[in-house]
Amino acid sequence: MNPTALTVFRWELRKLRFQKRTYLGLGAAVAVPIIFAVATSVQSGGPDDVPFGRYIQTSGLAIPLVLLLFGSIWLYPLITALVAGDIIASEDHNGTLKTILTRSLGRGQIWRGKVLAAGSYATVAILLSGVVAIVAGCIVSGFNPLTTLSGTRVSAPTALGLVAASLGFYLIPILSIACIGLLLSAVTRNSAAAIVGTLLFSLLLQLIAILPGLGGLEPYLLSSQFDAWQGLLRTPADWGPIIRSVWVCALYAVPALIGSYFVFQRRDVAGG
Amino acid sequence: MGSEPEPDGAPIEVRGLVKRYGELTAVDGVDLTVEAGDVYGYLGPNGAGKTTSLRMMLGLIHPTEGTVRLFGRDPARSVKALDGVAGFVEAPRFYPYLSGRRNLELLADFDGGRAASRIPAALETVELTDRAKDRVGAYSHGMGQRLGIAAALLREPRLLVLDEPATGLDPAGMRDMRRLIRRLADAGMTVLLSSHLMNEVEELCNRVAIVSSGSIVYEGAIADLNRNASQTYHLRTTDDDLALEICRREPGIADARVEGNDVRFCADEETVAGLSGALVEGGVLIRALSPQTVSLEDLFFSLTEGSPPAKEPATEPAAIGSA
Repeated sequence: MNPTALTVFRWELRKLRFQKRTYLGLGAAVAVPIIFAVATSVQSGGPDDVPFGRYIQTSGLAIPLVLLLFGSIWLYPLITALVAGDIIASEDHNGTLKTILTRSLGRGQIWRGKVLAAGSYATVAILLSGVVAIVAGCIVSGFNPLTTLSGTRVSAPTALGLVAASLGFYLIPILSIACIGLLLSAVTRNSAAAIVGTLLFSLLLQLIAILPGLGGLEPYLLSSQFDAWQGLLRTPADWGPIIRSVWVCALYAVPALIGSYFVFQRRDVAGG
Repeated sequence: MGSEPEPDGAPIEVRGLVKRYGELTAVDGVDLTVEAGDVYGYLGPNGAGKTTSLRMMLGLIHPTEGTVRLFGRDPARSVKALDGVAGFVEAPRFYPYLSGRRNLELLADFDGGRAASRIPAALETVELTDRAKDRVGAYSHGMGQRLGIAAALLREPRLLVLDEPATGLDPAGMRDMRRLIRRLADAGMTVLLSSHLMNEVEELCNRVAIVSSGSIVYEGAIADLNRNASQTYHLRTTDDDLALEICRREPGIADARVEGNDVRFCADEETVAGLSGALVEGGVLIRALSPQTVSLEDLFFSLTEGSPPAKEPATEPAAIGSA
């Protein structure tokens, strides 16, 4: 059987299983919602200043949503960057790029396998975190109806569907962050630099959004797209922010991916 | 477009290979042909550009100028050029958190075909079967080198490219590594062996290229080197003055002179046989008569450091430029 990008993908997943950072990221993705749910159960009230914050005591389904809001600041970008920023640079660190590039797979195939693996990891981390938040939230606050951002109440099953869809749309900016991580991973050839760089990039965009005079840029910042899912939680649903998040994220992700591809394709493998 | 040339060229054909990094020229116009069946020594001090050349030959580094062809195909254009080619540059490297066997499984999958079925035999060949389940991170340097050979063997290569495979091994490890290379070469594999160990190249290789400051300064068969070099003789007798006189009279002997305690002259083996008889007939008894080979080491130093070949034979094999 001839090897393909899927061969690389399968081995990237297998390699992730043997690395601590994988469990660090997935561990945080699982632990944070549990901690948040436990904290909710021992306190009265909630973070009133964020959307859905005031409902976390009355509906467990508000908990994953509040978590998405807080997680956008650095937690989920960091979990994503942990693997995306490392997946190419770790080959430099281990000196294994020369090992795998002298077999029967082209650089493009290896790159595609890695992109697929980084994206899969980010997706699994977010969905896992969401599922744990839903389960933990419902345990502490009940599987109850939820009040939307428009003030209407939706039944618990409908709210569950909306939460699931929100998680899905949340993946769009997350995968864009993964693309930034892949670019930095290929360019810096250093895991720590790529991971920290990706996180700094995300934080910097959030800073730009709050700088006086730059507010007009806000809808076009990658960081702002983390809130696009809130359009779903209105009655009727507002698809505007979600559609915008698709093309704004593409504006970040596609050049980053292309850059990462060309850097990986053309670079000299002189180390290791 | 389906116009990929058939793999029918020499195992390695390098023409005008240049690699520049800004102002620095790491490889400066290397021409090299390795024919099928050669065990080809690529000898040079560290920093001479050996590894950079090898990386270009394996498609890891893009040449600034020049071409590389492996069995007629260009490794810079497609990984297909590496069909039938295996080896490593500098120390072979693996995923430290995976076992030796799992690393080989990964590489076999990356090779495709039936590579995976060759893992047990490859591990057996390099005597790593017992440690195959251990994480590579816990391997010694020598085990890593052997795993590198095993990884290469999975590809059933016709051409094996090895970059200083004995570096960092203890004497027993070096001996085993050389035996292994010898065995693979005897089995018909073409080998390009980069080294800074002259005894290694002399022992294993039939051809050698000596590289200095990015350029090849000598290229030829090891046998030629020895043949050409063994024309100077040192003679010590009971009467050196008379011996010198006899040498000068003897046809076929050139450049006879006294140097130090010896009479020295240039001649071929037949002439020397005749001379020994003439000396005895002339009443001169021979205390010592020895051909002075210009060792690979002498040649190496003269070419890479610019000094003339030393006339004294090397007393022991040396590693050079390993600081």
